[in-house]
Amino acid sequence: MRQERNNIFAGIDWILVFLYIALVGFGWVNIYAASRTEDSNQILDLTTKYGKQLIWIGLSVPLVIAILFFNSKFYEKYASILYLISIFSLILLFPFGKEINGAKSWFNFGFMGLQPSEFAKACTALAVAKLLSDRQYNFKLVKNQIKAFIIVFFPAFLIFLQPDAGSAIIYLSFFFVLNREGLTLNYILLGSGFIILFILTIFFGYKWVVTISFLLTTILVVYLFYRGGKRFFRFNWHKILSVYLIIGVFIVGTGYIYKNVLPIHQKDRFDILLGKKIDNKGIGYNSYQSELTISSGGFNGKGFLKGDLTQGDFVPEQHTDYIFSTVGEEWGFIGSSLVIILFMLLLYRIIYLAETHSNKFGRIYGYGLASILFFHVIVNIGMVIGLLPTVGIPLPFFSYGGSSLWGFTILLFIFIRLDAHKNYDF
Amino acid sequence: MQRSFLLYFLITLIGLIFIGRLFQLQIIKHESYDPIHNAAVKIMYDYPERGYVYDRNGKLLIANQLSYDVMVQPNQVKELDTLEFCKLLNIDKEEFLKRFKRAEKYASYLPSVFLKQLAKEDFAFLQEKLHKYRGFYIQKRIIRDYPIKAAANVLGYIGEVNEQKARKNDYYQQGELEGKDGIERQYEDVLRGRKGKKYLHRNRFNKVTGSFKDGIYDTLPENGKDLMLTLDIELQAYAQQLMRGKRGGIVAIEPATGEILALVTAPSYDPNMLVGRKRSKNSVALFNDTINKPSYDRGLLAAYAPGSPFKMMNALIGLQEKVITEQTGFSCYGGYRYGNRAHEFMKCHCDIYGRPLKLKTAIARSCNSYFSNTYKRIVEKDNNPSEGLDKWHEHVASFGLGNYLGYDLPAGQKGLIPDGKYYDRRYRYSWNASTNISNAIGQGEVLTTPIQLANFTAAIANRGYFYTPHIVKKIDSSFIDNPNYRQAKKTTIDKKYFKPVVEAMHEVFKTGTGKYSQVKGIEICGKTGTAENFVIIEDVKKQLADHSILVAFAPKDNPKIALAVFVENGGYGSTIAAPITSLMIEKYINGEISPRNKYRELNMLNKSLQDIYDIQLQKPIEVASRTK
Repeated sequence: MRQERNNIFAGIDWILVFLYIALVGFGWVNIYAASRTEDSNQILDLTTKYGKQLIWIGLSVPLVIAILFFNSKFYEKYASILYLISIFSLILLFPFGKEINGAKSWFNFGFMGLQPSEFAKACTALAVAKLLSDRQYNFKLVKNQIKAFIIVFFPAFLIFLQPDAGSAIIYLSFFFVLNREGLTLNYILLGSGFIILFILTIFFGYKWVVTISFLLTTILVVYLFYRGGKRFFRFNWHKILSVYLIIGVFIVGTGYIYKNVLPIHQKDRFDILLGKKIDNKGIGYNSYQSELTISSGGFNGKGFLKGDLTQGDFVPEQHTDYIFSTVGEEWGFIGSSLVIILFMLLLYRIIYLAETHSNKFGRIYGYGLASILFFHVIVNIGMVIGLLPTVGIPLPFFSYGGSSLWGFTILLFIFIRLDAHKNYDF
Repeated sequence: MQRSFLLYFLITLIGLIFIGRLFQLQIIKHESYDPIHNAAVKIMYDYPERGYVYDRNGKLLIANQLSYDVMVQPNQVKELDTLEFCKLLNIDKEEFLKRFKRAEKYASYLPSVFLKQLAKEDFAFLQEKLHKYRGFYIQKRIIRDYPIKAAANVLGYIGEVNEQKARKNDYYQQGELEGKDGIERQYEDVLRGRKGKKYLHRNRFNKVTGSFKDGIYDTLPENGKDLMLTLDIELQAYAQQLMRGKRGGIVAIEPATGEILALVTAPSYDPNMLVGRKRSKNSVALFNDTINKPSYDRGLLAAYAPGSPFKMMNALIGLQEKVITEQTGFSCYGGYRYGNRAHEFMKCHCDIYGRPLKLKTAIARSCNSYFSNTYKRIVEKDNNPSEGLDKWHEHVASFGLGNYLGYDLPAGQKGLIPDGKYYDRRYRYSWNASTNISNAIGQGEVLTTPIQLANFTAAIANRGYFYTPHIVKKIDSSFIDNPNYRQAKKTTIDKKYFKPVVEAMHEVFKTGTGKYSQVKGIEICGKTGTAENFVIIEDVKKQLADHSILVAFAPKDNPKIALAVFVENGGYGSTIAAPITSLMIEKYINGEISPRNKYRELNMLNKSLQDIYDIQLQKPIEVASRTK
């Protein structure tokens, strides 16, 4: 047993490692297809995207070994410090960051760039796990709930200021973690309710939505009155009134903000997604091309390097955010479903393993990991297949980019490390 | 375990939704996926040759010529010796950079025109050298060529399809050529043929990598068809010469078939002006000239008061409605009084005072009183002037006046023939024949275009029917079979009533207002006209010099040609329109002008109205009195 503990590979979950290798490998194959140019046929050509990505992938081997090298207690112990470091690096972006596409999200070291927000996710997951696993910590207290919210949303707020709304949205995924640890589901239901109201308002205009939601609320109130009798009103009239007020203000406010405040390019994204506007050449070009590219793949796909739309470079950002469209075209329904299934398996496995942890820290971290990955997959693939609005975030392990690959690798392998040690913890 | 249920459930749900969406995209929507029309397939067009156009005697009017464009695809251009290259193309370095930048701005990976329409000599020289310059190549283009510099208004021109049309229409691509006016536009489908398509695979560099699916979708081009026009280009060119220095329109029709022999507008232009490199400069000059309006086809579009030739119309209606006979006489006292006030008097220049005139003399001397009386009787035949005028309108309309004639050219104008409703609305039901007595002599509200009036004359020449005028005789080698042009249209006037009118028209050229324009050996029947015309400048109605008008056909029996001539501000019909008419008739029937009439030809060729136009432009000749 002693011997095993000294072996850094002892006890690690090979299924997760296998899924990781499968996703990263298949991802690279597609990056190669999407970024190959005619004059570059060398696989290790550092001027090409796929060449660089290969370097990043190669460098993640020592990174993984380094992560596995540390004892799992190390991560638990230094979670707060890692969190503070990542917050600090996010703050440092404001004076020193390099502005790319209007957002200060990058440190530029000349030979390479680093995106701190990709690493902040892992640190936040550690910090949340640390906070919630504290024996003193009682999640029932509102004070403690607020503490958790601050830890989650402070980095999200900094990222939002860069401004990189896409990466900030990901922090919403921590609701799953908090829910697992006892936060009532009502927050999520409430949030979803507002999102649905938001979409309906944009789509139908606020007048209809206000009328109908007031009608439904009234039906509900009448029902409760029927069950609760007169006493129901006597004790709840102020609550009923505020429900009406909040719904009304939210819907009318949404309608107003959408119409008058929201920048036109964001408004257009919603309009196109909801089918209110068709613009296949301008702002809707990406989504249109990506859907077209995917559907052109058919059942079997056109074959590796044979996707004429991919090879013709017709989908913008195809090697990064739109990488999934390459899968769709060249590998068809089979290939793209396989990727989704791989992600599902990965997530199932992480949750399954997390639930087997007797240590609260490991379980909470595992939930953080699963939620973050899950959110990335939803937002990214949802966008590429035209179900969600355009939000530029990468597909984990798949998309081109060193920071994102490393960020997700760290996130995953810390969990693998924690998991490998779970048998020794008590 | 219970708490993990939510996440398991959501992962499964989202996974299934995504796979479902992929199923929808890749299996259901894939069915309708069009593998041809996407960015990765390049369609190359093979353009057929556009059809040629000939006149009725087989003379070539529109041919094709090759022209050579230098094309550039900026991303393929390697370093080059700019100085040498510029010398080759005969441009300077600045020009080179300007053009290159423009091409780059359009798209660096797509070819665009670098230098348009080279001269043939340059091409031969350039072709040898151009291979040295990567990214530049020569593209052949077919452009139009007009061997005879006449009939620009009839032939029209071709130009590039604009973006809007290219988007709406699924045949045309932006930048392709289409007919823009005249027969080029009207017979676009016939002339252009059908382009062939080749589908090619292309990669992201727009480089063609091979044929798409071994060319199973490819089509061959279909050549355009040739047209033979009804036009007699010699007559047309001659008429254009006669109209030099004048403004107006001439339309000549063969009465027996409705074929348009000449369709002249003046001033006009050389059709070659809208071809080739000078085109854009010239088109600005032509289309922006709002004074001479060379691009405005007066023969088809200008609605003039028909003037005295319209008296024949009233004579025919009067006879048909039996309000007059050949023997009916009206006395003229130097004019016609249609109201009690001093100015309500229409002057007349028939110079036959107080003696009753009969129809023949009335037409020959163009007596205003006679036709005012006739018109009054027609309108007042029924109890209600509105009904009377409606009947009158019906007769006039049967000659094709007051509405589109239905000829095969893309420009038209209804003109105006008022009916009862028109005046009911205008005068709120309180009017009578005297209110619009000017219609009796072709003034007032009546407006006709030269082609309408020529058609009217053809109907008289035919004694009661006409064929809708048309410009195309044959498509390739088969005669047109459109029933609209092949079937006679009857007027509402009986044949027998034409006889006295034709006799009278003959009299016009024998003894009347046209007698100085006789041609020996040809019996011309015609009628001169002098139409007052007005212009409204700053809300004040001002009178301009009269239009000179003439309608005629010849010979009297078995007529070969019917025509209408309008010369703007030309004065009396007998001074300009009549000699031009007679020259055209002589030219068409005899093929040449006899020596004895050469003076007349010379006279007309040299006659210019430019002075009058210039003066009028500054200030109209006189302010009209309230009478008219």
